[in-house]
Amino acid sequence: MRKSVHPNPLSNNNPEKTMSKFFRTITLSTLAIVLATTLTSAYAQETLKMGALATLEGPFTVLGQDGMRGVELALKEHNYMAGGKKIELIKASSNATPDSAVAATRKLVEQDKVQILIGPLSGSEGIAVKNYAHTQLQTTFLNGASAAQETTLSNPAPNFFRFSTDGAQWQVGLGSNAYQKGYKNVVVVAEDYAFPYSMVQGFMVEYCKAGGKVKDKHWVALGTKDYASVIAKIPTNIDAIYVALGGADAVNFLSQYEQSGGDKPIIGSAVTVDQSVLGFKGKKRDGLIGTPSAGPIADNDPSPAWKKFVADYKASFKDGFPSPSIFAHAYYVNTKAALDALDAVKGDLSNNHAALRKALSTMTLKTPTGDVKLDSNRNAVVNIYLTEVAKAADGTLYNKVVHTTPNVSQSLGLSAAEFQKMGVGTRTNPECK
Amino acid sequence: MNIHTNWIKDSEPQATVSSHRLTILLGLCLLVYPWIASPFFTFQVGAQALILGTIALSLSFLAGQGGIVSLSQMTVAGISGYAMAILGSAEPTAASLNLGWPWWLAVPAAVAVGTLSATGIGALAVRTEGIYTIMITLAVGVAFYYLAQQNSLLFNGFQGISNVVPPILMNVDWRAPLPFYYLALVVAGAALSAVTYLLRTPFGIALQGTRDNARRMRALGFHVTAHRVAAHALAGFIAAVGGVLWVWYQGRISPGTVGTGAMINVLVVAVLGGLRRPVGAFIGALVFVLLQNFAIDLVSRERFNLVIGGVFLAIVMFSPDGLLGLWQRLRQSWVRASSA
Repeated sequence: MRKSVHPNPLSNNNPEKTMSKFFRTITLSTLAIVLATTLTSAYAQETLKMGALATLEGPFTVLGQDGMRGVELALKEHNYMAGGKKIELIKASSNATPDSAVAATRKLVEQDKVQILIGPLSGSEGIAVKNYAHTQLQTTFLNGASAAQETTLSNPAPNFFRFSTDGAQWQVGLGSNAYQKGYKNVVVVAEDYAFPYSMVQGFMVEYCKAGGKVKDKHWVALGTKDYASVIAKIPTNIDAIYVALGGADAVNFLSQYEQSGGDKPIIGSAVTVDQSVLGFKGKKRDGLIGTPSAGPIADNDPSPAWKKFVADYKASFKDGFPSPSIFAHAYYVNTKAALDALDAVKGDLSNNHAALRKALSTMTLKTPTGDVKLDSNRNAVVNIYLTEVAKAADGTLYNKVVHTTPNVSQSLGLSAAEFQKMGVGTRTNPECK
Repeated sequence: MNIHTNWIKDSEPQATVSSHRLTILLGLCLLVYPWIASPFFTFQVGAQALILGTIALSLSFLAGQGGIVSLSQMTVAGISGYAMAILGSAEPTAASLNLGWPWWLAVPAAVAVGTLSATGIGALAVRTEGIYTIMITLAVGVAFYYLAQQNSLLFNGFQGISNVVPPILMNVDWRAPLPFYYLALVVAGAALSAVTYLLRTPFGIALQGTRDNARRMRALGFHVTAHRVAAHALAGFIAAVGGVLWVWYQGRISPGTVGTGAMINVLVVAVLGGLRRPVGAFIGALVFVLLQNFAIDLVSRERFNLVIGGVFLAIVMFSPDGLLGLWQRLRQSWVRASSA
């Protein structure tokens, strides 16, 4: 190697001193990093760590924030204590993609060492988290609001409990109601992932049986901002549009449809005319008044438990919606289940939470929308409300009860054999053109 | 020829004895790391940083040494990852096609598919410069994202393909944090050595020449296009290997893995660490992974993305050469201070 003829800017008169200075710094910083990584926070035995995962990024941010409100409300009611232990809540965020949900769950379970995890919010995330739960049998997972059918129907995890319900259950009653209203032909506009597949199936099971025809299904990517091409493809010879979009997607589609001069009546899915959409800041959509929908909650439910829930929600969260959304309700119910079960077993988490899981599987949970019990796949059986959008005296829109269907399970009132034959909802199942 | 070699050697920071010792010390620390860190830190921070660093290395190699800013490196990694998932996943998912090939067939096939795609993308982008290269590689990336999202038969749409795990070989479960970390370390080390070695070969020097002045290289008789396509192919090979490791790390792959967010993250990682030296990619990856995992613990749940963006902005503003550039300037001022 030829020696350089240019002066080396890095040379100095005392290379040894520089070297040892380097060494010291490197060693010290490495030591610091190593110490930082091995330091795990030491907590007293009397604290129980609970993780909450919701979509605090992406198109469902507003929904995720409301979900977190549901968790906080349940914890507040219990004074952040359960089973004699103090509850420490650790929040995490995802953006509706399964990857982000699993990464956030992994951090909560493996780094923060939560004993109970509540979440996620979105359907596809739920399936991924359930698959992860199979590998983490020492942690108990409760659902947030995720509502894909497969989460508890396909390969259910013994430590994953869903006290809220799936999308297909949410639509019970809507299909027959839509047909009775005179809508004989519809098209479907929905997001292209597991949860809308469930909702569309729930709608179509009854609708097709009653004689309705679904001319076309338009599946759009989650987070689509421009619905011009979808709106252009909606034919004129249909009676209504069944919209199974949620969050920002629903707001964008409904605004753009109205702006383009569309006038077909909308049939709303459980998340399309939920408070998370009705409560959006902007011009109030009076065109939505009268839209039928169905879901696990109804804003003007007369039961005292519901009224108390709404009052507590409004008092605790000044920045919340005019009435709690499906997501606040679902997260609240699941968190309350965890806390009530912890109280029932007096905080006993031994043997991989055996006593707690037994309590969760067999308990009757009292919720603002009635009693909830779990089926053999640890999925809830609940009352489902058929609703219609109406305008309140103060100008806000809300969902009013039309009819209540009690004890709706995942098999949607069909026999086990029939439901097995039908299979879970997918892009192409069911069809009735 | 000797004059040229001297000029090039002098324009690079000289490898002093202390920096050799530094490398050895760092290597030792990396080897010992899993024995002192928790499994979470070994797997979610250590292994993830190494794999993300490998993918970012492919971008930093192309950008820093080849002068080609290609946003499609994550796409190449994703193509290879999807190929691995489709060919090698044991469990069939609802609608997609899973062949269940053994790993020794699926891995080379996936890497080959990735490298071929990278060559194709390179051939497409080779006659463009600067911002047009960015645009065309971005377009390819977004097109692949939508393909993966809308195709149910092969890619299983939004849900993606799960249960893609490394095999159990020689009685070792390579998915466990310790073995997987070492696997990632070996691959990252090999990629880094390969790139560092490549930069001193005639091909590497010619590539840097095409970065600095393509016209002059053409006038000297070098085939600039061929050099660039070859650079794309080599970077694609590194990204493809990184992609297989990435899908093994996640245990799954979905369109979110190759979306615009992910593509830009790789660019952020490469720039954060410093584009001039190959090792910058790994430093950037470590900082990025730490931020992503722990920013939410530092600020409110709703604002943690601000921390990530803010750090990136600060580093790019105060040190366009990334963290490595900052480090080198600190070193020089240190040396000057001690010699004064």
